Amino acid sequence: MSVRSFATLFRPSQFFSIRGGVHPEGRKSLSSDCPIEDMPIPTLIRVPLQQHIGAEAEPVVKRDDVVLKGQLIGKARGPVSANIHAPTSGRVIAVGHFAAPHPSGLPIPTITIRTDGADSWGPRLGRLRPENASPEEIAAKVAEAGIVGMGGATFPSAVKLNLRGKYALHTLVINGAECEPYLTCDDRLMRERAEEIVDGIGIIARALGVTQIVVAIESNKPQAIAAMQRFDRALGIPLRVQVVPTQYPMGSEKHLVKILTGRETPARALTADLGVVVHNAGTAHAVHLAVRYGEPLISRVVTVSGRGVRRPANVRVLIGTPVAEVLAHCGGLTEDPERLLLGGPMMGQPIQNTRVPVVKGTSGILALTRAETPDLDTMPCIRCGRCAQACPVGLTPFEMNARIQADDLDGAGRIGLLDCITCGCCSFTCPSNIPLVQTIHFAKGKLAEQEGRKHQQEETRRLAAARKAREEAAAEAKRQAMAKRKAEMEAKKQREAAAAAATPQPAQHGEPLQ
Amino acid sequence: MTAPLIISGPHTHTLFTVSRTMLTVCAALAPATVFGLYQFGWPAIFLFLVTVGSAWLFEVASLWIAGKSVARFATDGSALLSGWLVAMTLPPYAPWWVGVLGAGIAIVIAKHLFGGLGQNLFNPAMVARAMLLIALPVHMTTWVAPVGLLDGPGFVQGLAITFAGSQDYDAVSSASTLSHIKSQIGAGASMGQITPDLADLRDRLIGLVPGSLGETSTVLLLLGGVVLMATRIITPVIPLSVLGTIAALSAVASTLAPDRFAPPILHLTSGSTMLCAFFIATDYVTSPVTAAGKLIYGMAIGALIFVIRTWGSFPEGVAFAVLLMNACTPLIETYVRPRVFGRTRTGKPLPIKPARGGKK
Amino acid sequence: MIEAAVSMSALGLGLGLLLGVAARRFHVETPPVVDAIDAILPGTNCGACGYPGCHGLAEAMAEGSAPVTACTPGGRDVALQLATIVDTGSDGAVAGMAETEPTVAFIFEDHCTGCMKCFKRCPTDAIIGANRQIHSVVVDACIGCDACIEVCPTEAIVKRVKPKSIKNWYWDKPQPAFGSGNGGYAA
Repeated sequence: MSVRSFATLFRPSQFFSIRGGVHPEGRKSLSSDCPIEDMPIPTLIRVPLQQHIGAEAEPVVKRDDVVLKGQLIGKARGPVSANIHAPTSGRVIAVGHFAAPHPSGLPIPTITIRTDGADSWGPRLGRLRPENASPEEIAAKVAEAGIVGMGGATFPSAVKLNLRGKYALHTLVINGAECEPYLTCDDRLMRERAEEIVDGIGIIARALGVTQIVVAIESNKPQAIAAMQRFDRALGIPLRVQVVPTQYPMGSEKHLVKILTGRETPARALTADLGVVVHNAGTAHAVHLAVRYGEPLISRVVTVSGRGVRRPANVRVLIGTPVAEVLAHCGGLTEDPERLLLGGPMMGQPIQNTRVPVVKGTSGILALTRAETPDLDTMPCIRCGRCAQACPVGLTPFEMNARIQADDLDGAGRIGLLDCITCGCCSFTCPSNIPLVQTIHFAKGKLAEQEGRKHQQEETRRLAAARKAREEAAAEAKRQAMAKRKAEMEAKKQREAAAAAATPQPAQHGEPLQ
Repeated sequence: MTAPLIISGPHTHTLFTVSRTMLTVCAALAPATVFGLYQFGWPAIFLFLVTVGSAWLFEVASLWIAGKSVARFATDGSALLSGWLVAMTLPPYAPWWVGVLGAGIAIVIAKHLFGGLGQNLFNPAMVARAMLLIALPVHMTTWVAPVGLLDGPGFVQGLAITFAGSQDYDAVSSASTLSHIKSQIGAGASMGQITPDLADLRDRLIGLVPGSLGETSTVLLLLGGVVLMATRIITPVIPLSVLGTIAALSAVASTLAPDRFAPPILHLTSGSTMLCAFFIATDYVTSPVTAAGKLIYGMAIGALIFVIRTWGSFPEGVAFAVLLMNACTPLIETYVRPRVFGRTRTGKPLPIKPARGGKK
Repeated sequence: MIEAAVSMSALGLGLGLLLGVAARRFHVETPPVVDAIDAILPGTNCGACGYPGCHGLAEAMAEGSAPVTACTPGGRDVALQLATIVDTGSDGAVAGMAETEPTVAFIFEDHCTGCMKCFKRCPTDAIIGANRQIHSVVVDACIGCDACIEVCPTEAIVKRVKPKSIKNWYWDKPQPAFGSGNGGYAA
């Protein structure tokens, strides 16, 4: 027994959990025993051009174009962006704006497709044999397929696959923690498609060039753990399943890495600085489909749950399907829900309009009833310190709240406003029910706006200066032109005068003498 | 269909609320209180009711004057708890107006003049106790021996003691443990001479000694404290640091000069040590929030209690120790902060160490 | 008694003199603030303040005849910066200035004749278009200064609140809902 293998017996995760964190009621049993089902193709599909972090995609189809399933309809623009594909075949009926699946409900560029029901595939992406492919080829394929992080952050995966050149990577962490209550889509996927996920993991690992793979799964998913534990290698790279404690926010990338490796990612740095890259289990599945079968990312598994839903389920939904259709597929709502969420109850976004589409980052559709949601009544802060105890980042949310309420954004910044991951533990645990997270969201948005305004002030100054310079240049040019003309006139006059002088005019000369 | 609510997450919440927290603390106080009320009989019961009742009335009046929602705040349980704690620290046979005055000081001066719930700098119950102790030194240090509800003054006699200041009932007045030690040591006696006069350890643990209404039973207060820790209302940091510091300092002192200093066990089982460690010093509003801050705060309170008891002019120093440290809480808060994830204690990002190379 | 009074008076007098001398000796000439004000103002010379250009406003502000809040396109941010170098007279001058939503010009295309007047007048070149062609506003460059509105012959330009997009949208500041007073923390 070598020293190394002995050392691996001591895994930090067995002894330490994350600092802070909370244990919300899981309520995963509502949907954890529902196998993933396919949804019939809806009549209308609305595909937003921005479903990812970064620049929005550029539409490459026009109104009345006929598109086939898997056809590129939005092209990635810039280094951080993602391709968008037609989820099924049909006719483009609008390239315009539609309400975003976002609390603001503001319109965003969206391509609307009337489906034809035939679901006929266009040409697929070229397949790749990952065993022989170079990392660059794999990354290019993933970029082509428009794959983004499926855990909710929706960061373009290809960008993460290309980290190999910049950092010395050694470990790939597959995030199957799924710490948000209610959500079971990753759980189901791991139980039903373990082999495909492991293949996807192997492909990612090859692209990153790592030497070990850790699959982190929370202890409340024994079947998923068992399913994944059947594998100890992915495309020849050693893989182990690490059971992590059930605690929110276990799925936070940096906290997961801390638990698995015992190392803390420095502020403003990436986990790649530690040699670790984290991908979601769902992303691995999407990578498998893209590389092995040439299928772009056009559908995803969504957990439909909450006590407001008649038949909670895990559904494979085409991207762009209206939320209302997914809810209708699940038997509709039992009562008017108090909140309708996209994502989990801790960090999910409330929506008002059920016509908004499911996008690549939508992990859940939750209809929460009055009984499931917190009381809205707030009390003053009693400084109990629960928020500070629960904060996995080590902030003092009550203090931050007080500063933000007093409009002291700079003060809030000094005590770590920008380090906040808005996981929601503080609000969750606050006995006074103070909306700490919303306050922090507000402050972050406000700060960004102020930055933007400062930037705009500078821009305005620059524009004004440019205009002034231009006007001056124009005036100068005019003046020079005038001067030139004047000089010419002068010269002409002189010439004329000279000419006149040269001509003898005795009569004139003689006159004054008199 | 009514439109779903658009507010930021999280969209789920713990069961903890302010009222539930306050009521849990009251429940944890209940065993020691009930025992104290039983031990000291009817006058204590009347005093307790008057104090708690007037605390609540003061709360309602203050809320009304401040223009806050009476229905909302008067039911949060915080006034009940403050009044309760004031009553716990009063001598059991004190007249009714002492209780009313104490409740008034706690609620009106210490709480609402600072801005109400969550805004007070000083612990209301300790402000009341300190002010009463200085203003009414006789009333506040007249102790009686516990004789039990059945053997003590009857209902009517109890009414007379509390409300009419009647001296008819011949209570066995006696000194509390701490005041006895203080006066004897002051008179030049050594600990060895004093110890035989004191109630034995068993009585002090159970609470069969003279003292404040709710402070006598060490075991029941400890039980309440364990309940608070088990329900996660409080963390063990402050109680352990307060008790540990008192025990450590008195152990050192009594080892060096056993004749002049009381032993640790005496410190821990007398006066308001237990009440302070679990219920007073742990008050959310007036104590630091971070674990390190709590440790500093608790240790300082423990040290101050020991110092005031040993060298101060009052036999009991809990109120003063707590108030002094309350004043230091904002200072502790400012300097003792938790370390932010990914940053050093000074707030700089952790250095990026080169990643460990791939292992084959 | 007399000695005490005399010595105290002497002491007071001496120290007072010292202070007076020090004040004279170490007197610092207040630097001219006009340039500093000028540096903070947007420099667009848009005329929204009613003074001849930004420099004109800076001079007026330095003498105290214009309030720090005079620059409306600059808004509260500029006013706050100015308040740090200009004596505002009263403390509430900037505080009273409501934090207004930024506004931008909007051209009704039906009314626009493509006369190029606004195009020429815009201090930040935020209007695009050509002769006899409908003009439009570059929202990111517009400072909402009114200059174009004044010159438009067909009144085709209005000011509108800058449209929100999903990129710059953020959550409202929650207002504590308890009680009827300010309920503990600043409402």
